[in-house]
Amino acid sequence: MGTLRALLFVWLMGVCALAQSPTYGVGRTPTAEEIRAWDISIGPTGEELPPGHGTAREGAQLYRAKGCAGCHGATGVEGTAPILKSKRGPDVELWERGRILPLRAPFATTVWDYINRAMPLNREGTLTADEVYALTAFLLYINDVIPAEEVLDAQSLPKVKMPIGNDYAPLPEWKHGTPRLKGYPY
Amino acid sequence: MGSKRPARREFLKSGAALAGGFALGGAAPAIGQTPSSPPMLKGDKDLIAYGERSRFVTSVRIAHGGRPSPDGFGLVFHVASPLQDSVGVITPSSLHFVGTTRGSYIPEIDPQEHRLMIHGMVDRPLTFTMEDLKRLPSVTRLHFIECAGNRTSPKAKTVQETHGMTSCAEWTGVPLSLLLKECGLKGSASWFVAEGSEEVKGASSIPIGKGMDDCLVAYGMNGEALRPQQGFPLRLMVPGFEGIFHTKYLRRIKVTDRYYMNYNDYGHLDRESDEAALGFQIGPKSVITFPSGGQQLPGRGFYEIRGLAWSGGGAVRKVEVSTDGGKRWNDAEIKGTAQRMAHARFTYQWNWDGNETELLSRCTDELGSVQPSRAQVAKFFNKPLDESFSVPGLDNTIQPWRIASDGSVRNGNA
Repeated sequence: MGTLRALLFVWLMGVCALAQSPTYGVGRTPTAEEIRAWDISIGPTGEELPPGHGTAREGAQLYRAKGCAGCHGATGVEGTAPILKSKRGPDVELWERGRILPLRAPFATTVWDYINRAMPLNREGTLTADEVYALTAFLLYINDVIPAEEVLDAQSLPKVKMPIGNDYAPLPEWKHGTPRLKGYPY
Repeated sequence: MGSKRPARREFLKSGAALAGGFALGGAAPAIGQTPSSPPMLKGDKDLIAYGERSRFVTSVRIAHGGRPSPDGFGLVFHVASPLQDSVGVITPSSLHFVGTTRGSYIPEIDPQEHRLMIHGMVDRPLTFTMEDLKRLPSVTRLHFIECAGNRTSPKAKTVQETHGMTSCAEWTGVPLSLLLKECGLKGSASWFVAEGSEEVKGASSIPIGKGMDDCLVAYGMNGEALRPQQGFPLRLMVPGFEGIFHTKYLRRIKVTDRYYMNYNDYGHLDRESDEAALGFQIGPKSVITFPSGGQQLPGRGFYEIRGLAWSGGGAVRKVEVSTDGGKRWNDAEIKGTAQRMAHARFTYQWNWDGNETELLSRCTDELGSVQPSRAQVAKFFNKPLDESFSVPGLDNTIQPWRIASDGSVRNGNA
């Protein structure tokens, strides 16, 4: 009986692998609406961005109204939280200007994503899409990445040219059983 | 005392000596030969329900890096494990180091309400309850987790300060590969984003090859449920990768066709490819936990040098100890069988002659990678070796402990 069951199991596994169907049938299929509600990841293409828009002018007001200035400082450099604007000018190389999100991120979508998921402190998730577009625009503007009047929305945000361009190393290709860096340091 | 604390025994896996000690303490004395009895503890309800350690054992975690934790707002920052007091390879859950992606309160999650959603480049997105996950085939493995900020510094005095952001526990859960197969990976899947449900919803991109290799969706730790500080009710284990990838409070896995450049991902970028290559997987590393900084040797004579060794590249294959500042290296004994991506306990028998010297340890992993010294890393990157030299990637350099002739032990990097 046991052997028969085992054989049946092996046969079933084989069939499942061929048909690419689930083996255990545990778990529930989420609805498209549930996935949309949970999926707050905004990748480089911006395909997940919601409708809405904002400008740096609106963002400047929100920066004060939403309490951002309380932790990050009136101009983005005076607070206890990470600074949001480089203290060093554009005459200095980008990598020497500090790890500042709206300056060093390779995609503006990263700035939008982080504000949306993680700000403001203790009131995370309370900003509207328009507010997040506006605050993103403000931070990019104070770092001279976009002009004051540029309107950011789902179409324009992924197209913002970030100053870093391609000037960063490719991510390590991970392979099972491979040293991190051949010959390091032996 | 020890015999009244059975809950702690689970953590003291190695060491017949310790087990022997418990047995002696528990033995009933023969009538008429009773030496004076210790004071007796009343077994109150709490002690019976969930045991606690002796009040004479005071080893505790400390805030890491000088920032108070919790701070004035009750936010938790990094907390370091007391490696100087550790025995065996398991870190008790109460002493496991804690890292947070941003200072945060500890989420209090009702496991009945918790869900894990897997979606993106899969044939069948799926949502799992905790009950669903516990129905599935499980695995139990030892794994260390180490924070990328576990970095020795001249200012650090003790091994808790230099190395306390690593810990090792026994984790139980469902292989991520099983869940991904259940969902059916699409051909274009090359990365996945793991996301927590804490207030910042910390998210990291991880190579799909790693996810299919040995990642674990863990709900168990050291024989019980995860602790809230370790991601209760669910955390992702990414064995051998920097701590930040071990996503706590795991709520979502999104399979993607590219590095998603989340906030954590952007923080991992480097300019030079040599430095970028040192991200993700942790190199071979070891440290002597006894004798270590701040401890005091009572005098010349015999000591068992003890330490921990680990590597993100697999199991520890060899540990060497030098008792003369690196002139000669001797093979240490590895206790038991070294597990992949887990702490291994090593020992070396040493007779101290009472002269000033320096103790070092060096780990070689199953890939043949060898733990370097700071000088070797500086030379590799062609940078001057001074106090300001920061080792790229996770600092896995050799930690020297200086023994003074009075038996005091100090950080050799100071």
